[in-house]
Amino acid sequence: MVASAILITDLTGKPLISRNYRGDIPLSSAAEKFASYLLEAEEEAKKPVFYVDGNGEFGALKRGEEGSEECGGVPGGETFVYVQVSHGLWGWALRSLLFSTLGLALSEHMLIAAAPLSCVSMQHNNLYLCGVTCKNSNVALILTYLYQLTALFQDYFTTLNEESIRDNFVIIYELLDETMDHGLPQSLDSTILRQFITQEGNRMADDSKSKPPVALTNAVSWRAEGIKHKKNEIFLDVVEKLNLLVAANGTVLHSEINGAVKMKSFLSGMPELKLGLNDKLMFEATGRSNQARSGKSVELEDIKFHQCVRLARFENDRTISFIPPDGEFDLMTYRLDTHVKPLIWVEAVVEPHRGSRIEYMIKTRSQFKSRSVANNVEISIPVPPDVDSPSFKSSVGNVTYLPDKDCVVWTIKQFHGGREYLMRAHFGLPSISREEADGKDRSGGMDTSWKKPIGVKFEIPYFTVSGIQVRYLKIIERSGYQALPWVRYITANGDYQLRMA
Amino acid sequence: MAPKDGTPSGGGSDSRFFNTNKKGEMHELRMELHSTDRNIKVDAVKKVIASMTVGKDVSMLFTDVLNCAQTANIELKKLVYLYLINYAKSQPELTLLAVNTFVKDASDPNPLIRALAVRTMGCIRVDRITEYLCEPLGRALRDEDPYVRKTAAVCVAKLYDIAPELVRERGFIETLHDLISDSNPSVVANGVAALSEISETSGRDVMKISASVLQKLLAALNECTEWGQVFILDSLAKYTPADAREAEGIIERVTPRLQHANSAVVMSAVKVILSYMDVMGGGAHADSIRALTRKLAPPLVTLLNSEPEIQYVALRNINLIVQKRPNILENEIKVFFCKYNDPIYVKMEKLEIIIKLVSEKNIDQVLLELKEYATEVDVDFVRKSVSAIGRCAVKLDRAAERCIGVLLELIQTKVNYVVQESVIVIKDIFRRYPNRYESIIATLCDNLDTLDEPQAKAAMIWIIGEYAERIDNADELLDAFLETFEEEDPAVQLQLLTATVKCFLKNPEETQDMVQRVLDLATEESDNPDLRDRGFIYWRLLSTDPEAAKLVVLGDKPVIEDDTFRLEPNLLNVLVGQIATLSSIYHKPPEAFVVRAKRGATGSDGMGVGDLGDDIEEGDEEEYEDDNDVNRGGGGDDLLDIGGLSMNDNAASSNYGNLGLEPDMFGAPTPSVAEPEARMSKVCAPEKSGGIELWAGFRQVQGAVKLELDVRNISSNVPVSTLAIQLNKNSFGLSPAAQQIMCNPPIPVGGSGRHSVELVVNPAMLVQAPAGQPASPQIQVAIKNMTTGLVFYFAVNFAFEVLFSPDGALERATFIESWKSIDDKKELYGTVSDLPPASTDIDQVAAKFKAHHIFLIARRPVPNAEGQEVAYFSMRTTTGMVFMAELTFKKGVNAAKVCLKTEQIAYGVQAKVALETLLRS
Repeated sequence: MVASAILITDLTGKPLISRNYRGDIPLSSAAEKFASYLLEAEEEAKKPVFYVDGNGEFGALKRGEEGSEECGGVPGGETFVYVQVSHGLWGWALRSLLFSTLGLALSEHMLIAAAPLSCVSMQHNNLYLCGVTCKNSNVALILTYLYQLTALFQDYFTTLNEESIRDNFVIIYELLDETMDHGLPQSLDSTILRQFITQEGNRMADDSKSKPPVALTNAVSWRAEGIKHKKNEIFLDVVEKLNLLVAANGTVLHSEINGAVKMKSFLSGMPELKLGLNDKLMFEATGRSNQARSGKSVELEDIKFHQCVRLARFENDRTISFIPPDGEFDLMTYRLDTHVKPLIWVEAVVEPHRGSRIEYMIKTRSQFKSRSVANNVEISIPVPPDVDSPSFKSSVGNVTYLPDKDCVVWTIKQFHGGREYLMRAHFGLPSISREEADGKDRSGGMDTSWKKPIGVKFEIPYFTVSGIQVRYLKIIERSGYQALPWVRYITANGDYQLRMA
Repeated sequence: MAPKDGTPSGGGSDSRFFNTNKKGEMHELRMELHSTDRNIKVDAVKKVIASMTVGKDVSMLFTDVLNCAQTANIELKKLVYLYLINYAKSQPELTLLAVNTFVKDASDPNPLIRALAVRTMGCIRVDRITEYLCEPLGRALRDEDPYVRKTAAVCVAKLYDIAPELVRERGFIETLHDLISDSNPSVVANGVAALSEISETSGRDVMKISASVLQKLLAALNECTEWGQVFILDSLAKYTPADAREAEGIIERVTPRLQHANSAVVMSAVKVILSYMDVMGGGAHADSIRALTRKLAPPLVTLLNSEPEIQYVALRNINLIVQKRPNILENEIKVFFCKYNDPIYVKMEKLEIIIKLVSEKNIDQVLLELKEYATEVDVDFVRKSVSAIGRCAVKLDRAAERCIGVLLELIQTKVNYVVQESVIVIKDIFRRYPNRYESIIATLCDNLDTLDEPQAKAAMIWIIGEYAERIDNADELLDAFLETFEEEDPAVQLQLLTATVKCFLKNPEETQDMVQRVLDLATEESDNPDLRDRGFIYWRLLSTDPEAAKLVVLGDKPVIEDDTFRLEPNLLNVLVGQIATLSSIYHKPPEAFVVRAKRGATGSDGMGVGDLGDDIEEGDEEEYEDDNDVNRGGGGDDLLDIGGLSMNDNAASSNYGNLGLEPDMFGAPTPSVAEPEARMSKVCAPEKSGGIELWAGFRQVQGAVKLELDVRNISSNVPVSTLAIQLNKNSFGLSPAAQQIMCNPPIPVGGSGRHSVELVVNPAMLVQAPAGQPASPQIQVAIKNMTTGLVFYFAVNFAFEVLFSPDGALERATFIESWKSIDDKKELYGTVSDLPPASTDIDQVAAKFKAHHIFLIARRPVPNAEGQEVAYFSMRTTTGMVFMAELTFKKGVNAAKVCLKTEQIAYGVQAKVALETLLRS
């Protein structure tokens, strides 16, 4: 159903640590196959999920579009290849017969030697985390497990990389043992795990007394009992990130808001919280449709909640009620697919003079209310890799050329709403371009270094694009203490790309 | 338990060769493991685990590490257990020593330790430990602590993997059903997971969702962890609701899960909803279906904001979803537009979905996008984008012209691969819309020089041939290609042949020479049978009836179809039921890549064979195989019928590739004295083989390897007279010299008879062990009862010593030389305990070994170790593999240490097992 084994390897696929949960795959050869995939597969054809047949060939993702070789995968290596190659004709004959007449378990023995397997992997710093399976496993489950596992390791060792793996192998074995059993993910909540899997592990005297925390199996698996804080406070950050894709001709191809309500909770006991937003559907559901129509409400398209939120309740009457974990967490994320005016607009006029110089004229405009301010605005403009002797002129902010990233970054510390600024950049170009020097005119005359889009980073405090507002946050705890909620709003760039003309 | 001795060959002047640093290090570790200081002990175990982690073999410390298990320190215990899990398989005997600790820990007052013991025991896949596991497991399943119960639930699934019959006998499956009603949601979730696991392993539905179970699952869904929710949703997806109302009811309860932050929960919820929507059907539920369709879109779109790997999984699934229910995402095409920094695998999948969602409403925007992509850096992505433009043209009749416009623009860029890809898709457009866009041929012809890839060339040549009458200089163009005919790719050659023939039929006067030349090239100069055959067909056609040739060659071709919704509906439905799983990523049904039944190679003692057999559901294996896959089997068709394994038919049996070869290269050695008997074991029970019980064993007779078969007719009414035998490929390359076993006189019910089958080594039957893996001792045998026509199978472990040849004694000097030259990494260690008295005396052992062609080279007492003595042996197989062994004995101890060195590392384990077995017998 899920992973047979988990491998953590370096970037070449050499295993650093591994755990074979089910013993139904030969782990060392699986690791070899993973490494050889990383080595052999072409960079472009690499995929996070791949299949190795019994013969060690990678494949399976070919869908066999007729005529055109699909993007990835070595041809062959699908379906029944494991029978064909590794067991010879005899194996094939036997197997067919087995399945058609007897369904004998003998086939197990025949195929175990080189059972085909699949690897599901993700990269983190200089590591690969890889789940290996020989069954039809739930890939989404493996991936989310791996991601949460990295989060857990980061929580334990602050940074997760090759060194920290080597330094902490004992605790990693312990965590691997606790977070997954027989390939099935169990609890991965770091606050709960920390109660009985500790860094030092030297508390021998108390060991015999330690009990599994109740939260490990409780319905409320994310919060321990008996938490105490001197001051009962909760901080709420509404963070909206604007994803934008603008075509070279200036039309907005795609814009969406990814919002998150982040919380930092310092509340004692088992508090019951209820959060009220100006959610249009909630107003409608509770019969306050006049409020819904007044324009002060927002329609959130897709909301995702932290596991602490009672989803069924929300489905019923759109009430967001929950018992929060202690400390930081994302209570909810939402997405709005509305057409947003690009908050920061950038236009670039480029004048290349082949063989001598290239000139840029960059115009940027802030398209939000003048009383808001965008902080730390960074506009990065891609330039060809072989430019030299940069010179800049701008009415505001700093401009720097980053040769390692082949771009120019224009930084404006404070960008008030409704303003417009100009920047000019001038570079020298070598008389022979790099491609010509290499003698391979790969791009056939098109200078592709321009194709990288302009990126913009910014942060606008006290402002949300969507207009979402926290109407109330009710906190009820048996002991009846008073708690203070603090709310902040901020809008920032998400994946913000403007294609160059 | 103290270690029996120190390092066996330490010290001593002439034994320096055998001494290694590694042993010293191990010795030190061993001392530390026995330290009374807890910290030193913990550190030592950590060192052992560290060595294990980096792949060093520390199995020889097994007993020493095991000793540390009796501790109250959880950390230390966990480490020891971790070690046990790793090495249990290689030391099954010693693992039994751990049973006591497990059993004790399983009733420890601390629930953490109880759970740890049960969890670890389940991970030790040693058959004999299972019987001890049942008791503690039964208790753990009813433990008062939910943490222990949830661990025990998973353990049942583990046990089922090793010993399904035990699980059934003990009624653990029923206990799992009880756990579904447990008050604790985590226990419920793991119970569900275990039941689904068992269902999958056994191929039977042990889950059996009834109305009450359903309610419990839905209730637990609201309470359990995110993982538990996935387990529950996945098992719900396998359930088929009784009617539309039930389906709607469940969907209602599942829909809130679409709001979960965990993508896996969302995808599993989508799977349940989509699967059940089919049950709801249309009609009265059309409104609910529409509402659901609206609800599904936002969560699917949001998945595209997750990590790239998850995006990839989501996109592969969305690919299925838009085929199944195109209207869910019909208005969302923009979210699939590629971002510059998307990983390439995400971009490729997005393109696929763009093509699936493209419509006349959005084609303009899509074309702009695709054109943009066609100027990016990544060649593969660019090519796919260009090809996507062509596919849009094929799909949308009314937009075809605009698509062609874009392609022409792209051709003007003169970028080599863009032009080639454009030509390839334009060919498809021509085939889709014949006689519409031929005006652009001129532009294509201008770019002939750019084409250097076979596919593009072939496409262009096809176009020239097809439209020869519209191209003034078609013959010249083809002529230019013909100059390099012999160097071209077969695909290009085939197209050239066809195009020239077309050209000739359209314009016979000027191309007669050319066609003659091509036909000559194709039929006489080429080694390619396809090309030759096609050449001959054309030749004959042209020479017999040119008019008929015209009809055939220039006839109307079928118009190609829009192929964007191409998964076959049945397969699509299967795949939608598999959303989020590997199957949905590969777009293949699970049977295509999963070996369903599974069992470790441990089940070699015969109990493993066929005991699941009756339960496995059949029939679904063959359903989706397409011809391609089958044909890769290489003429596999006639082999499907094993019934055709007729002994009198040499032609058929030579297909197995092993009969024709003479084994003379392994020359027969001279007979030796008293030849050892075969150890027989029961390999086949009468119920599986039509009432015949089989015992099998191996022995060497006058240098020949014999498979001894005891045939006992238990209940076969027909006397057993003739059997046919066949061996699967095996690690030793053994195959029967003759395939027929004659029982003369026939064996009636109750009778028995012994037959020996000579086995010869045949390189064609050899299966190489995967690198780094020991060779499998197993030999799989198929027997056909020629009288009844029944075929049955068994597996038996080979006795490796049977292969040892009488010339296996090495010169002393050679021995020392070889021993030194073999890397210590290739050493294998083991301890054989509980030896019979005869096996503790080196003289007797040497005599016994000699009978098996294992030769004593030298023996000497171990200096500084009272009563210890080592003996060195060598052996060589008939296939030329040499093994060297060092055996250490100690007076008064009925155990021996075995250390084996060989270059044939894959077979080292077999040789070691052979020695150990001989010592024990």
